[in-house]
Amino acid sequence: MSIKISETLTFECETGNYHTFCPISCVAWLYQKIEDSFFLVVGTKTCGYFLQNALGVMIFAEPRYAMAELEEGDISAQLNDYKELKRLCVQIKKDRNPSVIIWIGTCTTEIIKMDLEGMAPKLENEIGIPIIVARANGLDYAFTQGEDTVLAAMAHRCPEQKILVREKRKIEDKSIQELISSLTSKTGKKPVESIMNSKNKFPLVLFGSLPSTVASQLSLELKNQSIHVSGWLPAQRYTDLPALGDGVYVCGVNPFLSRTATILMRRRKCKLIGAPFPIGPDGTRAWIEKICSVFGIETQGLEKREQQIWESLGNYLDLIRGKSVFFMGDNLLEISLARFLIRCGMIVYEIGIPYMDKRYQAAELTLLQTTCKKMCIPMPRIVEKPDNYNQIQRMRELRPDLAITGMAHANPLEARGINTKWSVEFIFAQIHGFTNAKDVLELVTRPLRRNNNLENLGWSVLVRSEK
Amino acid sequence: MKLAYWMYAGPAHIGTLRVASSFRNVHAIMHAPLGDDYFNVMRSMLERERDFTPVTASIVDRHVLARGSQEKVVDNITRKDRQECPDLIVLTPTCTSSILQEDLQNFVNRASMISDSDVILADVNHYRVNELQAADRTLEQVIRYYLEKARRQGNLNISLTDKPSANIIGIFTLGFHNQHDCRELKRLLQDLGVEINQVIPEGGFVENLHQLPKAWFNLVPYREVGLMTAIYLEKEFGMPYISTTPMGIVDIANCIRRIQKQINVLAPILLNDKINYEQYIDEQTRFISQAAWFSRSIDCQNLTGKKAVVFGDATHAASITKILACEMGIRVSCAGTYCKHDEEWFKEEVQSFCDEILVTDDHTEVGDMIARMEPSAIFGTQMERHIGKRLDIPCGVISSPVHIQNFPLGYRPFLGYEGTNQIADLVYNSFTLGMEDHLLEIFGGHDTKEVITKSLSTDTDLTWNYESKSELNKIPGFVRGKIKRNTERFARQNNIVEITVEVMYAAKEASSA
Repeated sequence: MSIKISETLTFECETGNYHTFCPISCVAWLYQKIEDSFFLVVGTKTCGYFLQNALGVMIFAEPRYAMAELEEGDISAQLNDYKELKRLCVQIKKDRNPSVIIWIGTCTTEIIKMDLEGMAPKLENEIGIPIIVARANGLDYAFTQGEDTVLAAMAHRCPEQKILVREKRKIEDKSIQELISSLTSKTGKKPVESIMNSKNKFPLVLFGSLPSTVASQLSLELKNQSIHVSGWLPAQRYTDLPALGDGVYVCGVNPFLSRTATILMRRRKCKLIGAPFPIGPDGTRAWIEKICSVFGIETQGLEKREQQIWESLGNYLDLIRGKSVFFMGDNLLEISLARFLIRCGMIVYEIGIPYMDKRYQAAELTLLQTTCKKMCIPMPRIVEKPDNYNQIQRMRELRPDLAITGMAHANPLEARGINTKWSVEFIFAQIHGFTNAKDVLELVTRPLRRNNNLENLGWSVLVRSEK
Repeated sequence: MKLAYWMYAGPAHIGTLRVASSFRNVHAIMHAPLGDDYFNVMRSMLERERDFTPVTASIVDRHVLARGSQEKVVDNITRKDRQECPDLIVLTPTCTSSILQEDLQNFVNRASMISDSDVILADVNHYRVNELQAADRTLEQVIRYYLEKARRQGNLNISLTDKPSANIIGIFTLGFHNQHDCRELKRLLQDLGVEINQVIPEGGFVENLHQLPKAWFNLVPYREVGLMTAIYLEKEFGMPYISTTPMGIVDIANCIRRIQKQINVLAPILLNDKINYEQYIDEQTRFISQAAWFSRSIDCQNLTGKKAVVFGDATHAASITKILACEMGIRVSCAGTYCKHDEEWFKEEVQSFCDEILVTDDHTEVGDMIARMEPSAIFGTQMERHIGKRLDIPCGVISSPVHIQNFPLGYRPFLGYEGTNQIADLVYNSFTLGMEDHLLEIFGGHDTKEVITKSLSTDTDLTWNYESKSELNKIPGFVRGKIKRNTERFARQNNIVEITVEVMYAAKEASSA
């Protein structure tokens, strides 16, 4: 097998025999993000077993999610789906009283063609709680794309934006007063003023689920450029979903949100800002610059800010410069992470990725290309729907210094002397914005640092030589 | 439909995969959508497996849904045959393929004509059996397949070994302390002068299975997996089997006596001698194992009459119940199992050793039972450990489902004489922790543990509104439970349904007054 590292970005597509998490895993972080939600996964024991094992101890903390476990009677339609779901949702309402119930459709509901979208509005009327349907199944999607399906479904529920400033109609003083006072009591600051202070005349809504600290960090970065973020999809609470509509600008913070982007553009008439993603200081700067350029704003002090961050990363950079990395691919963050690591001086052999939306990720791909040129590093190959078996053969030949891979392969690769970092950690760690660039490198360098400590022991390969 | 947060036994295909990947050079191919290969993660992480888990998926996606798998499954089987040259490929159906109702047997037939490996379709129904039943079934299926194949080819070896020998059936991957138990069983049999013919499935080669009937008898240490195989071997080859779990001093002795009986059926003819293990049992019980002495020591007196609750798989829950009741003098308030399919056997086993029996796979029922019993210690699965944490009751883990900490690197068998020592430690440590805690409480060191609702379920009639909930969260963790319970008690006494911040403060005033 000959392995060539090409001069331009090459896209390949393999068999799709790769390991990744089922997209229903998105409930793990979404139920924590959206505080007043309840996630009901309509599926079988297989789904439940996956969640139970993947989420580990979270299970014991009375999580706001549960399985609606389908039994033989449900599959053979001896039981009435609607009645069954109603019974469970009434129970959930009684126990937890959430502001929204999110039904996660699975492979089974797809195959037996359970009409979740049809039943939800009816049941919603009957029990008085909004029900959102997201089909996050393994037939169509991989891992983080689960969040994409949920957010895309949620986008339909955002209230309609009415742009106050441009509203020509006369509104009675009293109603404005009421509106302002209600907004003030909710957010604690005067909305009119904050819009006045910001330079963006049009509302900007960011989409993608981030821990609230990271979300406020990013909002703050934009505020420093006088850009006001009018809302996040998803917000901390379902009842605080941002207003959307014609004239609202939207921008994604994660590379796996292409469906959500499409829905926002096509159905909610929003304008999408296509930018690289704010991962790594280079990505964050490019992200802010792109948003500013759309609003016609000159950025201030960004270059210096990026420079400072790079300087603070010095120790980590020394550790990884010139080292090679291989992404097996399972969570769609791969392009952005590879771009950041190349900028850090690493060589990327291969970027495996479950699904590549070249339009949604266009700006990110361009940045990847310019970064490779700038760093004088050959372009990595991008392998969509990778084949793990082939990848392992390629890795045997290439001997990368680091493999970023799922947990199914991590231990076996370590035993064969290849450093690995579990890709899942990038999903649960805080990796966005200037401040968190350090955390990414903390993760990437951890196996290298650990193994440096063990280097001199002389037993890095811990399997018997193979036939 | 069932509202479920947690399950004790996994889905059927997990059982099949556990058996398949325990054999050496056997590959399993799941007919499943993307993401269902979670088994690989479990094996790699929990068992800290160094080798790639020999399980791949033949992915079911939209195209498969529209047109059927067609060549895909056959292609995947033959490709894996070329790549890894396994002896056997097990095509494993999942819940998805159960509904698709594709003719997987047909794929298997076609693939087995092309590939060098043997190919079989695991015969399990996702909606009828759980992980353990499926494992039992798959193991029997593989054994049957190879013995019938050997019979057809005429190389079945049914002449007994010269010396007494045994097969150990049912040791496999991701089993609770299985590796350690296996080592202990081998040592026990060696002490008894019994050779090990084969251990299956763990580490076994399917090519050797035709030698199984050479053993004098089969030993099935766990009820969950291996019994079907043993029964099949008895029916086909007249091989006797022993299914007494050698856990705890009494049952180890029972097990050894059964072995003695089996050997003595043949020994006079083949060895011109009879064997007698009584002296060995006596020596081991009184002097080698520390457990018998431990139960007599004054330390153990403190445990007399203490209440315990036991829950787990049928094998472990039954054995531990008997150990606690007969060997340590502890009162078992309730013994339970999630192996509903084995309910009768379990009831028979523990009937005279506990006050109550609970057979359920609903963890909330178990939680409520524990809250009602208020035992001094729990012996259960990881779930019971967490229930114990919430109720402040110490828990020793005695059965799967388990976490990574239940795959210790150190030698921790549950079976055999060394196992009795380990169990004694486990039991004693659980209770002393409870005692220490109790002393702390007497001297006012800790939060009180009064259980008010007598239930762990969330179906209380009280609701906390948003403000009071966030107020509650501000209270430091170690007193939060107490404040919550006091407030709820106050609310109940005053017929208040919704708890607001005002109610919290009122409750605080009332309790300090």
